[in-house]
Amino acid sequence: MSLLDVRDLTIRTSDGRALVSDLTFSVDRGERLGLIGESGSGKSLTTLATLGLLPDGMTTTGSVELDGTQIVGASEKSLVEVRGRAAAIVFQEPLTALDPLMRVGRQLAEPLRRRRGLKGDALRKAVAEALEQVRLPEPGRIARAFPHEISGGQRQRVALAMALACEPDLLIADEPTTALDVTVQSEMLVLLDTLVGERGMAVLFVSHDLAVVSRVTDRVLVMKDGRAVEDGTVRDLVRAPRQPYTEALVDSARRLESALDLEGPR
Amino acid sequence: MKRSATLWTGCVLAGLIALVALVSLFWLPYDASDTSGTRLAGPGGSHLLGTDKLGRDLLTQLMTGSRIALAAGLGSVAIAALVGITLGLVAAFAQGWFDDTVSAFLDILIAFPTLLLAMLIVSARSATLTSAIIAIGLAQSAIVARLTRILVKRVLAQDYITASRTSGTSWPRIVGAHVLPNIWPTLAVNLALQFGLAVLAEASLSYLGLGAPPPNASWGRMLQEAQATFTTAPAGALAPGILLVLLVIGVNLVADGLRDTLDPARRRRTTA
Repeated sequence: MSLLDVRDLTIRTSDGRALVSDLTFSVDRGERLGLIGESGSGKSLTTLATLGLLPDGMTTTGSVELDGTQIVGASEKSLVEVRGRAAAIVFQEPLTALDPLMRVGRQLAEPLRRRRGLKGDALRKAVAEALEQVRLPEPGRIARAFPHEISGGQRQRVALAMALACEPDLLIADEPTTALDVTVQSEMLVLLDTLVGERGMAVLFVSHDLAVVSRVTDRVLVMKDGRAVEDGTVRDLVRAPRQPYTEALVDSARRLESALDLEGPR
Repeated sequence: MKRSATLWTGCVLAGLIALVALVSLFWLPYDASDTSGTRLAGPGGSHLLGTDKLGRDLLTQLMTGSRIALAAGLGSVAIAALVGITLGLVAAFAQGWFDDTVSAFLDILIAFPTLLLAMLIVSARSATLTSAIIAIGLAQSAIVARLTRILVKRVLAQDYITASRTSGTSWPRIVGAHVLPNIWPTLAVNLALQFGLAVLAEASLSYLGLGAPPPNASWGRMLQEAQATFTTAPAGALAPGILLVLLVIGVNLVADGLRDTLDPARRRRTTA
């Protein structure tokens, strides 16, 4: 059985407009799937729906099974059980993903405390370790800092550390590098790749950038206007895109690649 | 450090009044109902600030009045905070018709002038300080509740709340750890402002004869009693008026100072 099994997922607004239609895909344990498409294609809504976190007023039909639990129509109580343990999310915007008034260490301690039952010195040590794992320098200083006192890239690492601290079976990364500048972006992707690989976690990686997705995942699902238009391995998609939309995506990725090549080796 | 100067000035002004109130608990120049003095005596002599039309010592009345003013401010704000924040939280989490009903109810309550609402409550009960405090507190609860509802809704829409939920944090925990601390700076400033308004509201109610009954000297009632003799004995009206202004300015300065020190956006700008 798949870890995440999405079947005929349809998400509607309160006035009946379908934002995601008949979406079907699955992610096995340890597998990595890229979800790619332009803004407004329903990628982020899909990730929120997998954890039952859609905004009020939106209705979901179809089936989302996460680690054997049906998410669609589940009670908040049973959702709290599943979230974090089965799947955790890293969001796009590192500035808003952390509570501005809480020190980084305390925020990171929250999932560690709940998931591993740590407290006191053991908890403090676990926080420092978690910060080291995401290659943050001076974990002691960062743990005492407020989010606005560290850089965007560092904040995103903290967000990643928080998601990993939940020890989820599935890590959902919703455009985790889009808000970062290119060099930081590259480091972040390597880090994500390594950490997830070490833990054998499954990944659902959401992005609008084929080049970014291809660095982390091997299988890709292309979405447009709330529908899946094409899926397959990154290689197949690049070599022989069947849909004009995928072709456009591949073309733009190529153009960017060659532009970078012209600037010489990095 | 201009921002802490504001806070300090406010604290000193409000603290001065608080000190007077504290002293009045242990020592007063005369008994509050002592009418032995010469009527409408001017400042100086055995009565430092003079006497009122019944021959009572003005300073004594001012001192006991400070107790009433502070009690009115603290009591009303405590009620407004307790009822308002609770109601606001419930309204923020409520959905559909319940949310609409609560919001409509609060809007109607706010459209009522605080003083009118307070007068209704005071006349339904009796004219005592407690009635006045309850009345002002409840009227202010509506304002605090509406503010809380908006603030909570705004915080709930933030990514860090969703992030916290994705890791399986329960609602009560999220409210305690993330929602309340994040709405607190704005709320604290508003409560400080409400304190000043409550002091004024109590003075107004007493002026209208709806506050603390005699012999308790509320500043508002002192103003009313001194009104007729203002031209011949101005001290009786000036003294409570000045103290009222000082207290309200002090509290407002505290609110201003709090905004500068607590507001995360401003703090970010000054430290980053």
